[in-house]
Amino acid sequence: MADNQTPLVDIRHLKEYFYISTGPFTTKPLKAVDDVSFTIRRGETLGLVGESGCGKTTVGRTVLQLYKPTGGEIWYDGKQVKTARDLKEFRTKATMVFQDPYSSLNPRMTVSDIIAEPLDVHGLYKTKEERRERVLELMQYVGLNSEHASRYAHEFSGGQRQRIGIARSLSVNPEFIVCDEPVSALDVSIQAQVINMFDELQDKLGLTYLFIAHDLLVVRHISDRIAVMYLGKMVELADADEIYGHPLHPYSKSLISAVPVPDPRTARANQRIALKGDIPSPLNAPSGCPFRTRCPYATDACAESMPEFKEVSSGHFVACHRTAEINS
Amino acid sequence: MKKPFSLQVDMDSFLPASAEEKEYMVQMRPSTTFFRDGVKRLVKNKIALISFIVIVAITVAAILIPAFWPYSYDQMLGVQPGRPVDASYNNLKPMTYGRTEQKLIDAGEDVFPHLFGTDQHGRDYFIRVVYGTRISLAVGFFASIIVLIIGITIGAISGYVGGKVDLVIMRIVDIIYSLPDMLMVILLASVLGVSRLGEAIEGTSLERIGGNIISLFIVFAILYWVSMARLIRGQILSLREQEYVLAAQATGARSGWIIRKHLIPNCISVVIISTALQIPNAIFTESYLSFLGLGVNAPMSSLGSLASDALNGISSYPYRLVIPAIVISLIVLSLNLFGDGLRDAFDPKLNA
Ligand SMILES: Nc1ncnc2c1ncn2[C@@H]1O[C@H](COP(=O)(O)OP(=O)(O)OP(=O)(O)O)[C@@H](O)[C@H]1O
Ligand code: SF4
Ligand SMILES: [Mg+2]
Repeated sequence: MADNQTPLVDIRHLKEYFYISTGPFTTKPLKAVDDVSFTIRRGETLGLVGESGCGKTTVGRTVLQLYKPTGGEIWYDGKQVKTARDLKEFRTKATMVFQDPYSSLNPRMTVSDIIAEPLDVHGLYKTKEERRERVLELMQYVGLNSEHASRYAHEFSGGQRQRIGIARSLSVNPEFIVCDEPVSALDVSIQAQVINMFDELQDKLGLTYLFIAHDLLVVRHISDRIAVMYLGKMVELADADEIYGHPLHPYSKSLISAVPVPDPRTARANQRIALKGDIPSPLNAPSGCPFRTRCPYATDACAESMPEFKEVSSGHFVACHRTAEINS
Repeated sequence: MKKPFSLQVDMDSFLPASAEEKEYMVQMRPSTTFFRDGVKRLVKNKIALISFIVIVAITVAAILIPAFWPYSYDQMLGVQPGRPVDASYNNLKPMTYGRTEQKLIDAGEDVFPHLFGTDQHGRDYFIRVVYGTRISLAVGFFASIIVLIIGITIGAISGYVGGKVDLVIMRIVDIIYSLPDMLMVILLASVLGVSRLGEAIEGTSLERIGGNIISLFIVFAILYWVSMARLIRGQILSLREQEYVLAAQATGARSGWIIRKHLIPNCISVVIISTALQIPNAIFTESYLSFLGLGVNAPMSSLGSLASDALNGISSYPYRLVIPAIVISLIVLSLNLFGDGLRDAFDPKLNA
């Protein structure tokens, strides 16, 4: 898709640890994101899936440096985002749509003030008229009635609120948007509309997405490639069709087998792989492979070392010691 | 549609709505601001409305009446220059007159009545109650402002800066919180009152207010900011977790912008409400300190000191105790009810 080789977003060994206090003077690191690397090409959508609490939101926020990364590098368009000045420029190119359409809009601000906030912060207009026109244009993009510009956010439904949030993220004309479960708080019929809108906006404005979801169905529709996370680590990354057709990691296999299939015959053949046990707490992550406490293929070797995240076929990355044996 | 999206939902069935269909779907009530909404709810609340009217009436009366009342709060009516003290003015019953006044009335002249009679020094009791109300309201108001300023500053710093600063401030708050506050108020007021504070302010404009009242303000400043600070800190902490603050950070907004646009507008109503609820508290404290003799300096009166003075003649003149007590109760009650009404109208979440 991209004509040049440098990816738009290049994340290298990203780490984000939260220090949780365990006593009056002691803290313990919670490794919400631990050594995650991926790239996103211009115009592409990378889907990021995983169970609740696996660190998807943290990846999205750390990529945008809303949290200061504990380790790792963030490269954007061939340059590392490092100094305060890089960051200021980065903020006008990379934006975010938030998970919760309720808490992400200030109840004391009007729709037009919310949408124009990034413009106000960066001083991106000269006259009030220019600001107003831009707001109306954005509202039209996301299918909001322009008459509602002076209303307060609490007067809108969840779907409408999420559209307001999307309009806000578009206002600085960004290239890259992190969409953090933008539809999971909406009901199914509205989810479809909003996802279609993301698709249309991408075509129209040439956007690049990091699209987070815990629902594989949602990401499959919109993603070119999909990354699977488990307990702060990335366990598999491949083209969307590849991950659906040939998942290699035991965790991805179980996620995909849990997706309902239209045809009952294939459904029966495609036996569901049930996972045993619960996700361990990220505060006490297991040694070695994070998935070993629930993996049906785990061996002693899995407890000893963390499997490397390596490319097993072109563009298909997996982190599992036994990839070859399991999939032979 | 590029790809099938899911089984349950057929994407093709989602055609974009036409403009009319959209119009039809979107049914909204007329837009109102948060403030207008709150006022509407407040006006609907009869108790809060009546309380508000009572407060306004009392305040206006306390401010205006002394301007045209013919007697002043420290004027001993029986004492005229160059004449012996006329004891008939002391301890008058309501609506009765002193000897010289009675003569004037008999001569057909108009004499302004003593609505509540006079006290043991022959001072018009009504105007003393009015002055006492004035002092009590002023003390309540200014003490609350002091509490508000200190509480907001410290609470906001604690919540916004966080970390070690927060830890230290909150431990200090805990310590002050755990002191028995009535005892501390009395100790502080008597220590400050007895000490050099009185001399220090001699000759300044503060003298008229009296050292005791100043020490009362100091007591408030030292002791009562803690609950306000706690409240503000809690507000700031919970607001900081809101995603809209994160969204503002994601656009590159600075702290100043975030505080101005997001934090202040969202905690202002809580601040106003708790200030309103702080005022009756301060009035009550002032009254009982004055009752204990730690309040205003004579001849100035406050509702508490009037009640205290009335104790001497309680069996002959019970109304002198009852009147200031009723006024205190009326003020404190209506302020509390109005504060509750404000809270219900502007911050339904705060309702416990
Ligand atoms: N600010 C924070 N401080 C401490 N721990 C945090 C913080 N944010 C996230 N965590 C922890 O990091 C882990 C990952 O959280 P994260 O929100 O990234 O998960 P998620 O994959 O987005 O989950 P969900 O699907 O529920 O949104 C969780 O265990 C969470 O408790
Ligand atoms: S490394 Fe071992 S425990 Fe981890 S997924 Fe592979 S087989 Fe399972
Ligand atoms: Mg999340």
